[in-house]
Amino acid sequence: MSRLKIQIPGLDLKNPIMPASGCFGFGREYAQLYDLSKLGAIMIKATTVETRPGNPTPRVAETAAGMLNAIGLQNPGIEKVMNEELKFLESYDVPIIANVAGTETADYVEVARRISAAPNVKALELNISCPNVKCGGIQFGTDPETARELVAAVKAVSEVPVYVKLSPNVTNIVDIAKAVEAGGADGITMINTLIGMRLHEHTGKPVIANGTGGLSGPAVKPVAIRMVYEVYKAVNIPIIGMGGVTEAQDVIDFMSAGASAVAVGTANFVDHFVCPNIIEELPAKLDALGVEHISEIIGRSHR
Amino acid sequence: MIRQEKMTVVSQRQIATNIFELTLHGELVQDMTPGQFVHVKVSDSLEPLLRRPISIANIDKDNNEFTMIYRAEGRGTKVLATNREGQLVNVLGPIGNGFPVEAVKEGGTALLVGGGIGVPPLHELSKQLNTRGVKTIHVLGFQTEDVCFYEEEFNALGETHYVTVDGSKGTKGFVTNVLELRAPEFDAFYSCGPLPMLKALEGFYPDKEGYLSFEERMGCGIGACFACVCKTTDQIEKDYVKVCSDGPVFPKGTVAL
Repeated sequence: MSRLKIQIPGLDLKNPIMPASGCFGFGREYAQLYDLSKLGAIMIKATTVETRPGNPTPRVAETAAGMLNAIGLQNPGIEKVMNEELKFLESYDVPIIANVAGTETADYVEVARRISAAPNVKALELNISCPNVKCGGIQFGTDPETARELVAAVKAVSEVPVYVKLSPNVTNIVDIAKAVEAGGADGITMINTLIGMRLHEHTGKPVIANGTGGLSGPAVKPVAIRMVYEVYKAVNIPIIGMGGVTEAQDVIDFMSAGASAVAVGTANFVDHFVCPNIIEELPAKLDALGVEHISEIIGRSHR
Repeated sequence: MIRQEKMTVVSQRQIATNIFELTLHGELVQDMTPGQFVHVKVSDSLEPLLRRPISIANIDKDNNEFTMIYRAEGRGTKVLATNREGQLVNVLGPIGNGFPVEAVKEGGTALLVGGGIGVPPLHELSKQLNTRGVKTIHVLGFQTEDVCFYEEEFNALGETHYVTVDGSKGTKGFVTNVLELRAPEFDAFYSCGPLPMLKALEGFYPDKEGYLSFEERMGCGIGACFACVCKTTDQIEKDYVKVCSDGPVFPKGTVAL
């Protein structure tokens, strides 16, 4: 497995594959299906200071080669996540990336300070890009100056490296990427979902109760690849790429565009074993490319 | 235990307008109980992308076969309806907590109330209740006669009443119209169907033990994505339950209707 080993700030990954935040809960359900220690890392569900009830249902809708969701960051709050969920995950040999969300800077700082002290949390993922909540989330991720300030505030309290999850719902994602790097971010994760809407065939009204939802799945991959490609050129911190990954070739594509590791989101709902399957398929992909170590393909599209 | 298996199509037949009965063969049948469901990937392509949750209508552990009855209405179920004998279907399951058959003692009576595509799981439930020596009364509601199914099967298991919205078969109206007229004696009720029906039943039988099977749009089907959550009543400590992994069957009074 050493052909797949990747090291990026805080993360000593046995392979570059990890389930994306929001698509894997806190790992418990998938732990019934396979050994979580096979994964490079786990990006756990967004955590806020208090319990969040989330949005009304329906919260998901299928679209062409994709899906819309508006869960609304439902989570049990940091206390329970620390005491129950992170404790449960300690029984697996896998680093945890904690997705940190909030409605104002102080919330992010509070969650980051506390959760970064958990023994198995090796990095934070700042969620400044959730499109499905009224307060917090995306408004932090659409203005470069706000994003930079938030990253700096979180960096000041975090005991582990801080990655920032970027929104594709901006005019120029490179500006935001540069801003979070200037704020001290150790890495970037991208992309979050694209804001979308589906209307009901009969009523003409939105299918999702929230009206809009975040689009994910294979349909968004070309957008994500383009954005990883652009951001890789503009920053000097590593990128964890995601958006429509369903098979090993998608991982090769993201890493070629500049990602050092790759997260799998919606595909976990379609094939619950997709992450271990991709990990198993990668060595053959490297053989086909005539590459010994997976790190050799990072950013090859730019060379 | 939830498993993923490529199951073989034993048979597929249309049993009413747009209603199909699909029988599959495979190992995961051994773990099935009535009221559980399976999560089906209808095609290997990216379109349609998501799995379809479909209830289990009949379990045959001796032959490793189970039957699901579904309405071929959306893109996914229409693709599923094209499967023929010998083809393989990607099934994840069995999923969720089903109906507690032990809720009614031997010699007792159970009332089973179903609506539309909520009727199929009641078939296996009724079979198992009968095997345990429980008398079953079925009240089954449909829109029209065209979409009614399994009349012989339910008749063979116990007293069965059909209700259609347009009156084309059985009593005209809703299942509650029959229950008002008939007022059956029973020990517990089980139900699966549209929310208004479940709500009406709860109101109808406030003093009876009852179990309701819910449906909600799902993402993962195993409890990880939080798409299919329902608010709960104040009677239990949890604020919400997930239909896929905590349900789909809940005791009456659990979910806020």
